[in-house]
Amino acid sequence: MKAAVIVFPGSNCDRDLADAITKVTGTAPQMVWHAEPTLPEGLDFIGIPGGFSYGDYLRSGAMAARSPVMQAVVQAAGEGRTVLGICNGFQVLTETGLLPGALMRNAGLNFVCREVRLEVVNSQSIFTSRYAAGETVTIPVAHHDGNYFADEDTLNRLEGEGRVAFRYAEPVNGSARAIAGILNDTGNVLGMMPHPERLIEDAQGGTDGRRMFEAVQAALG
Amino acid sequence: MAAPMKATVTVTLKNGVLDPQGRAIESALKGLGFEGVGDVRAGKIVELELADGTSRETVEAMARQLLANTVIENFRIEMP
Repeated sequence: MKAAVIVFPGSNCDRDLADAITKVTGTAPQMVWHAEPTLPEGLDFIGIPGGFSYGDYLRSGAMAARSPVMQAVVQAAGEGRTVLGICNGFQVLTETGLLPGALMRNAGLNFVCREVRLEVVNSQSIFTSRYAAGETVTIPVAHHDGNYFADEDTLNRLEGEGRVAFRYAEPVNGSARAIAGILNDTGNVLGMMPHPERLIEDAQGGTDGRRMFEAVQAALG
Repeated sequence: MAAPMKATVTVTLKNGVLDPQGRAIESALKGLGFEGVGDVRAGKIVELELADGTSRETVEAMARQLLANTVIENFRIEMP
């Protein structure tokens, strides 16, 4: 599996994500700076990390979504390459339009930084095949703008098409229908607020995030 | 030399989109003793200096492509 992690000014989970990919797949991803207009040849997997790209100026993810490298990521996603956006990465994916909806300020206004319980809703995707549908996993969140919003039609469509990957199993941020992570209509793009890359080995306090990377590797080889 | 042409783009949340910041401002105003405060909505203003002759259509394109997220926000443009 040939992987890349995108790095924006203000990303702060890029090395955690690269570490998780390296430890699970045995191969380090290429780190790609936001100003690059093209991606490395032959990528299978693109990770968009958490952090505060461009200082969250204007809106979380807004500036990153218009950066040169994201034009290449949008094209790669359209070609069917696998894209995972975590936290700020999810915000960037909604701002590019690769995923519907928007992530707004948490309903409680507080930055939420703790482990939360998630329900796995769809276990059939590239990302979630190592989980069981209905299973509860515990994965940390760390965000200020994680309150998922979309209009009713979009929410109904996401649910009807099995595109809700994860839901919060406890109150976290006011997200519509407790959505924590969603897939695009072709299933090759996942955006989620929780951080699976922070729980891949026992030294981190658990391994509930590891199976996501194992699933992706199993799917992509 | 004449002052540069300016446009002001006001970005506000669409009706029906919950505004937690507006809600907090509302309760803080009430906490300060101001009575009769109803719904409060917070937004942002972007002031642009533009080359003379820049069209409203161009500013609209700027608003649509970057300044506002039209999934959740409306925008209003004021320019000469």
